Order: sequence, then C-alpha cells, then structure tokens
Amino acid sequence: MTKKQKKVRNRIIITAVMFAALLILDKTGVMEPLPELAVFVIYLIPYIIIGYDIIRKAAINISHGQVFDENFLMMIATFGAFGIREYSEALAVMLFYQVGELFQSVAVGKSRQSISDLMSIVPEYANLVSESGDTSEVDPEEVSVDDIILVRAGEKIPLDGVVIEGESFVNTAALTGESVPRRVSEGSDVISGCINGEGILKVKVTKAYEDSTVSRILELVENASNKKSRMENFITRFARYYTPVVTIGAVLLAVIPPLLGQIPLSDSIRRACIFLIVSCPCALVISVPLGFFGGIGAASKKGILVKGSNFLEAAAEIGTVVFDKTGTITKGEFRVGEIIPASGSGIGEGDLLELAACAESFSNHPIARSVIACYEERNGREPDTLFIDKAHTKEIAGNGISTIYNGKELLVGNDKLIGAAASIGLIDEAAGTVVYVSYDGKYVGAIVIVDSIKDGVKEGIASLYDIGVKRAVMLTGDNKDIAQHVADQVGLNDVKAQLLPADKVNAVEKLMSEGDNSTRLAFVGDGINDAPVLMRADVGIAMGSLGSDAAIEAADIVIMDDDLRKISSVMKIARKTVRIVRENIVFALGVKLIILVLGALGLTTMWLAVFGDVGVAVIAILNSMRTLSEK
Amino acid sequence: MKKTFKCEVDCANCAAKMEDAVKKIEGVLNARVNFMTQKFTLEAEDDIFDKVFDDAVKACKKVEPDCEIG
Repeated sequence: MTKKQKKVRNRIIITAVMFAALLILDKTGVMEPLPELAVFVIYLIPYIIIGYDIIRKAAINISHGQVFDENFLMMIATFGAFGIREYSEALAVMLFYQVGELFQSVAVGKSRQSISDLMSIVPEYANLVSESGDTSEVDPEEVSVDDIILVRAGEKIPLDGVVIEGESFVNTAALTGESVPRRVSEGSDVISGCINGEGILKVKVTKAYEDSTVSRILELVENASNKKSRMENFITRFARYYTPVVTIGAVLLAVIPPLLGQIPLSDSIRRACIFLIVSCPCALVISVPLGFFGGIGAASKKGILVKGSNFLEAAAEIGTVVFDKTGTITKGEFRVGEIIPASGSGIGEGDLLELAACAESFSNHPIARSVIACYEERNGREPDTLFIDKAHTKEIAGNGISTIYNGKELLVGNDKLIGAAASIGLIDEAAGTVVYVSYDGKYVGAIVIVDSIKDGVKEGIASLYDIGVKRAVMLTGDNKDIAQHVADQVGLNDVKAQLLPADKVNAVEKLMSEGDNSTRLAFVGDGINDAPVLMRADVGIAMGSLGSDAAIEAADIVIMDDDLRKISSVMKIARKTVRIVRENIVFALGVKLIILVLGALGLTTMWLAVFGDVGVAVIAILNSMRTLSEK
Repeated sequence: MKKTFKCEVDCANCAAKMEDAVKKIEGVLNARVNFMTQKFTLEAEDDIFDKVFDDAVKACKKVEPDCEIG
C-alpha cells in the first residue's frame, strides 16, 4: 500500500469503529432522548472524517465547471440522505464508497505491479570498456554502437551486440519464456534483456539503447494499452451517456412523483439518491481495460508480445491460421532424407553417398553442403577428393555437377543433368529435392534432400485444431508435391503452392473472403519477407523474432521464440480475457439495472445501492485480475 | 521532443480527463496519460518544451488535484 492508501485505510478503520458504536447506541435506544440536532452533529463527525476529501474534490471540480464526476454524485447522494434524516445511511454510503475506492486502487496497483514485474528486463547500467582496457559503469543510453561492453556473470545484457570474447549460457526467460539457457560464444549475437549465466562476456554493441530489443519491447508493451479494443470503445462511449442519463433520471424521480402527489418528497429523494449512487460507471471503466492489460501481461510472461488490446480481442476469434512455409514450418535448412541406390548397380548406400559427396565437395550450394554434411556425420571425416579430377570438374548452374572420378565420368544433379543416361524410373519428387547420381554412364542411385521440419510444428498445429481452428493453410513458393508432402507431415489441411512472394497477399485476401465474418484470419510468418502479408491479415503473428525489427514492426502479435504451440496459448489467453471482460460488462450492467429498477420502485435501500456501485466494481476488478494468471 | 514522466493518478477516468486537458494546451503536439503504466508522455517543440510542460502540469492539477507528475 502506498502512503495515500494507508491514510485512507486508517480513516476507514476509525469511521467504521464509530459507525458500529453509533449503530449499537441507536439500536439500544440510547440516542432517542437526544434532540435532532445533536444526532445530526454526532453523525456528521464520522461523516466528515471519512468524506472530507470527496467533498473537497467535488467543490474544486464544480469551481472548474466539471459537474458529473463521481465525487459530486456521492456528495449529492449523501447530502440528500442527510436531508431526509437518514443519517446512518449517509454515513454508510460514504464509508463503503471509500472502502470500495481503496480496494480498487489496491487491486489496480497490484495488477500494475505484476505487469511491471514482467518488465524487469530493463538494464540499469552497462560496463563500458575503454580503449585502455579499463571498465566503467555507465548508463546504457550513453553507450554507442561499436563500443565494447563487459557483461559479468549474473548481469543483464544491457544492449544488443555480438560476443567478441568469452563463452557463457544466457537466460532468455524474461524475453521468450523459454527456461533453457542458450549457449553463446565468440561471434554469437546476444540480445539485451537476457541474463548472463556463469562466464564473462565481452560484447561489441551493435545497436544503441533506444533501438535495442529491450527498449523496443518495453515501448511495445506500454503502448499496447493505448490501442483500444472494441469492447473498451463501447464502454467509453457508454460511460459518456450513462452518467448524465441516470443523473437526469434521478432529478426527475425526485421532482415528478411528489408533484403528482403519488409519494412524499422524502421518499422520492431517497429513490433519487439510489440512482445517483449507481450512476458511476467505474466498475466498467476500470475493469475492462484492466482485463485486457492483464491478458497482455499474461501473454508477455510466456514470451508473446501483443501489440494492442484490439489484437488480443481479434486473437480470440481466430478461425483460420495461414502459415508461411520456409522459416515457419520448415527450418529452411536442407538435409539428406533418403539415399536410394539403383537396384542392380551393385552400389551400396555408403558408396553412393561417397560418390555424391566427393563431387559436391567443390560446390557451395545449400544442397551440396547438406550432402557433405551427411557424409561427414556418417564417416566422421571430410569426403576424400583424391580420385577427383579437379581440372574436369564443372558446376552446371541449376542442374548439378559434372566431374571425373577415378578416370570415369561422374554426374551429380537433377534429372536434366543425367538426362539421356537416366532410362530409369524417376523417384517420386514429392518427398523433396532429388539429386541423381550417374557414374561411368550408368545411373547408380539418388539422394533425396529434404528441408527439415521444425520441432513442435505438428503439436503446435494439432493444438490449434483442439481449440477449434477450422482451417490451417500453408503458403509456399515450392512446387505442389513438395508442399503437399510437408503439409501432410505436419497435419495442415490446405496448401497454396507455387506462389510468388507478391501472390501471398492475394492468397491471404482470398482466404479472408472465404472465411465467415465472425472469425478472423491469422497469418504466421517469420517476418523476413512477408511483412506485407503480416500487415494485411486480421492478425499478423511473427515467429522467432527475437531481435528482428522488421517483424516486430509489421506484426500485431510477436512470438519471441520458435514455438508454434504459442499460437494456441495466445488464443487461449485472448479467449479467457474476452470472456472475463464480457462477464464483467454483463454483471456490472445487470446489477446496476436491477438496482435502478428496484430503486425507482422504492424496493431497495441505499445499502444495496452502495453495493451496486463499489461492490460491483471490486468484484469486477478481482475478476479482471484473473486474466493475469497464465492458464 | 517527446518525453515521458512518471505520473501518479488514481482513476482511469481521471487519466482520460487529464489527457484531454493537456491536449488542448497550445504548443502540445501530442500527449498521453497512461493509467496502467502510470506514465505521462508529452510531445512538444524543443524550444518551448519546459513552458508547455509547466502548463500541462497545471492543467492536470486542475482536473485532478491529487495527481503527481515528474
């Protein structure tokens, strides 16, 4: 509790004790012989103790021309109660109003605290290494690009950079939610906000503080609550009309029935006071943004940045998820998937791989590198190029390699390269890229190169179906067979293949028009060359974007690591948030409406009205705080 | 120039009112009172920034006497 809150708490305790004493005195009849004025004064003392600041604020605001604020309404309602000699009710209304306000400010402060704990990634200092080798502690903002900083064990990395000396494990949990530390050594990129484990690192700074990952993330999370959801906008508009309407209703209720002679003035004033007490929309005005803020906080705890309440709201309605293939579903790294020696050629798997690896050892093509990597992995050494006639080796762009091995022609490449020589049944191209090998004019086998699928993709997609996503689509520039093969492996139910980068936006637009209006489309990409698509989709989700500016810029939701399962996590958080916010709206409005009706009919007391105001606000706030928990 | 200050404010509604009031001040390019993060962001021309900031604080105090900025 802050000082201010403690002061209010003490006033509440004092007043509550006095109030209880007064109630006892009243019930036991001790007060009865006292004159009216004395009773009034006795009740006025605790009333002033508990309510002086409300009345002061109301007076100041009226002098500034602001009438419809809650202080003013409370003042009028309690004055009204005094006027009709309902002293204990006047005191109770003010007391419970203050209790509710205190509760609200504590609850809001608490949830704010738990969110700022998430932001404990802010570095306080940097150890700048001067040219002479001394280190000095400076503000991270003073460090410029290309400066050298020292990060000791247990310290936060203050700025983005490259390790130039040292080895360590860094903990990225604050940024990604990933608890397994990442190993870094010379040449590795490190990101600000991570915590250095055991070793000492010397880091060359690559980004100034305001461009570094930490400040960008902080800015993003802080600004998230400025982008309002539809529900928040609804509440803001609603609040603008609700208070004046109810207040006017109160005035009419106080004046008209007595004029018509239906009920006595004191009764109608009491009913009007009930109106005034429930006329404040605080329960909604606070709990709705708080709910979204909590949801965004819960997501960032898992390493998912949501850039606005509106995007969280949209994420709750995702019905179609579109994935980019390379970099999102697959790693964009090639590896040998299968080695198929030709039957009857008398060559085994190992020999075939050796032939291919020898030929490819002069190429830097990603496919060639993958063949060599496979050879090295199996044999523990580099391919032996002794038998290769280097003078007669040539790379035929787009087709493969032609060389002489042990005096005989060796061709390694696609079907066009070995063309005439391949009077063979071609291997099914669906599995991946096929490298054919022909030796001494004879087809000896093929090696299938596949792009490996990322870990957890299948589970990630399955988890989307589990929570009700209908379509999971993959966009790719690859040929249809390869694309379909990948899609089948990970369980996607639709594929759009052979798309040029520019076609992807059109494909997404088409999918958006196919889906029904109640659901949203999310596009998931790595942000490297799909920024336009990320922006076009209802919800653009960038993956594995730790430190990638373009992705953070273009996407609406940023998943810091590579885990596709987090898409369903963020959807779950979003749905829970939206559900809680809806509960609050319905609950708060419902209770207020009931009290208004009962109040107008004279069927309720001011006590209940106070509950309708602050009680509902507190319950709604407590309910909103549930969004903070991750499940 | 854009600068962010700490800002203690008790209710969401007051924060919105403060923001409106500051935006009306001459010389203010943009202003934001973020209730959740308790931050006050002011954007104004460099040469008059300090004066605009003083005006903004006054305006906020007028709307919400209990607020603390700085």
